[in-house]
Amino acid sequence: MLGYVVHRLVAAIPTLLGVAILTFLLMRAVPGDVVTSLVGLEANVSPERMAELRRLFGLDLPLHVQFGQWLGAVLQGDFGSSLRTGREVSQDLALRFPVTLQLTLMSLLTALLVAVPLGVLAAIRRGGLVDYFASLFAILGLSVPGFFLALLLILLFALALGWLPPAGFVPFTENPGENLRHMILPALSLGLILAGAVTRILRSSMLEVLSRDYIRTARAKGLSERVVIFRHALRNALIPVVTVIGIQFGSLLGGAVIIEQVFSLPGVGRFALEGINLRDYPVVQGTVLFVATAAVLVNLLVDLLYSLIDPRIRYE
Amino acid sequence: MTPPSSTSSAPALIWKSLVRNRSALIGGTITLVVLLGALLAPLIAPWDPLKFDPPNRLSGPSPEHWLGTDQYGRDLFSRVLFGARFSLSVAAISVLVGLLVGGTLGLLAGYFRGWVDLVLSRLADILIAYPAILLAIAFLAFLGGGFVNLVLAISVVFVGPFLRVARAAVLTVREELYVEAGRAMGASDARMIFRTILPNASAPLIVEVTLRFAYAVLAEAALSFLGLGIQPPFPALGSMVSEGRAFLSLSPWGSIVPGCAIVLMVLGFNLLGDGLRDALDPRLRRH
Repeated sequence: MLGYVVHRLVAAIPTLLGVAILTFLLMRAVPGDVVTSLVGLEANVSPERMAELRRLFGLDLPLHVQFGQWLGAVLQGDFGSSLRTGREVSQDLALRFPVTLQLTLMSLLTALLVAVPLGVLAAIRRGGLVDYFASLFAILGLSVPGFFLALLLILLFALALGWLPPAGFVPFTENPGENLRHMILPALSLGLILAGAVTRILRSSMLEVLSRDYIRTARAKGLSERVVIFRHALRNALIPVVTVIGIQFGSLLGGAVIIEQVFSLPGVGRFALEGINLRDYPVVQGTVLFVATAAVLVNLLVDLLYSLIDPRIRYE
Repeated sequence: MTPPSSTSSAPALIWKSLVRNRSALIGGTITLVVLLGALLAPLIAPWDPLKFDPPNRLSGPSPEHWLGTDQYGRDLFSRVLFGARFSLSVAAISVLVGLLVGGTLGLLAGYFRGWVDLVLSRLADILIAYPAILLAIAFLAFLGGGFVNLVLAISVVFVGPFLRVARAAVLTVREELYVEAGRAMGASDARMIFRTILPNASAPLIVEVTLRFAYAVLAEAALSFLGLGIQPPFPALGSMVSEGRAFLSLSPWGSIVPGCAIVLMVLGFNLLGDGLRDALDPRLRRH
């Protein structure tokens, strides 16, 4: 098991290195840099002063030297400092990651709370009204853009009913109640969409599991239907669900970029977006590498979860 | 078990099961209507999508303006038609570019194996590990918006998945007896790839295309929503939703109408894709 984890982590290194190189090249592939965007349209900055700034940021060095320096520092846990604010990128990431993590986990929770009952009921009452509704819900989840759902929710719960704030963020440590009130709509916007995908996959895997011999055996033994469905069927049907959630995690983070923007949440996604707009190289490089690493780790976690759900699956 | 009638060809069978499939029928109808609306936009749009009409700003649906107007009094129905036209062109070309580049690379990787496969599969890993939306956003932020760059940004994201699907499809086909037979008969690599392998490996690729089409429309909408797409005043559905945000409490039509248009388009493709998948390859349905 430990050997497997180490193997997977080692195998991810070339991929993450590739991600880092791609970001690095992408940011430098086009004319203009952070100095031009910092200076902006102020005409009275002399070319000498701009060259000096570039030298200060190390932008005058050859590309491979710049990349080598950055990578060397990252390996020692130093993501560099924002060229704009001078703050350490790792410090900002540490500040913003909890916001994105909270959003992601609350969305995941929403998705499971909606999708598990809906998917199970749809499979048990196949062809019935619930099944029909579940299919409709699933296909809508795949078709509605997150930002549009967010606007509809704001329109209903914030503007029309006035129950929840339309945007903004309060740290959990400051006021837990207000924090949750501000996170409900963002979490619903991401979670309901994920719920569509999960409902769909859970329904079909439940249907497959319910037709298996061991379910017939369990019923023949005289077990109650509740035990058969939840202990025997659902547990086995959850494996593909976990896979889908693992795959969707990346798009959940991607969706977080937009949802954080809509609700003005100070998360990692908005941090990246700001960095990209200002060409703040260390910020973009650090965030992208951070997000890609998180995705790799989540996928590993998902693979390990399999053996928890199904003890027959073991990793050597 | 009834044997398939010997008179029906494969395309005819696929067509039959498509028509019998309810979701394919609904999806196909939606897609057809959307396509017609987008293609004929200049002919059927009742108003100029860019024309200001200040006295009629932020109005709801009326006989003159079927779906209402935006903050400048521009006709929402006409703008949605043109927005859909733009959206569909971006989606179609992005999917095509992604398919051509990713599909070709995947074919090569699966057919030649060895170091070609090693290099290309690594490339796919990197592209897939890259946070897709950040990749597209970075592309547009650095290169600027506009049609060509939108297509580039979205198709780059598609290269990885198409590469993987094509490679996997080729790998399952290349061990078949008829491939060995072709090779034994001395067929050239090009002939083997295009005449023997591609036709037999195309079903998963076609399914992937329909899925990606829906995804491309969503991606274009999201990027436009973030203001990274085409410049205003040209109507893009995503940027229309975004512009309407500021007037949500005054008149929600400006956001709701283009938003519903996006949903309708994507819904059509998704339903059609599901039906197509069932019709093309019943084995794929299980997963």
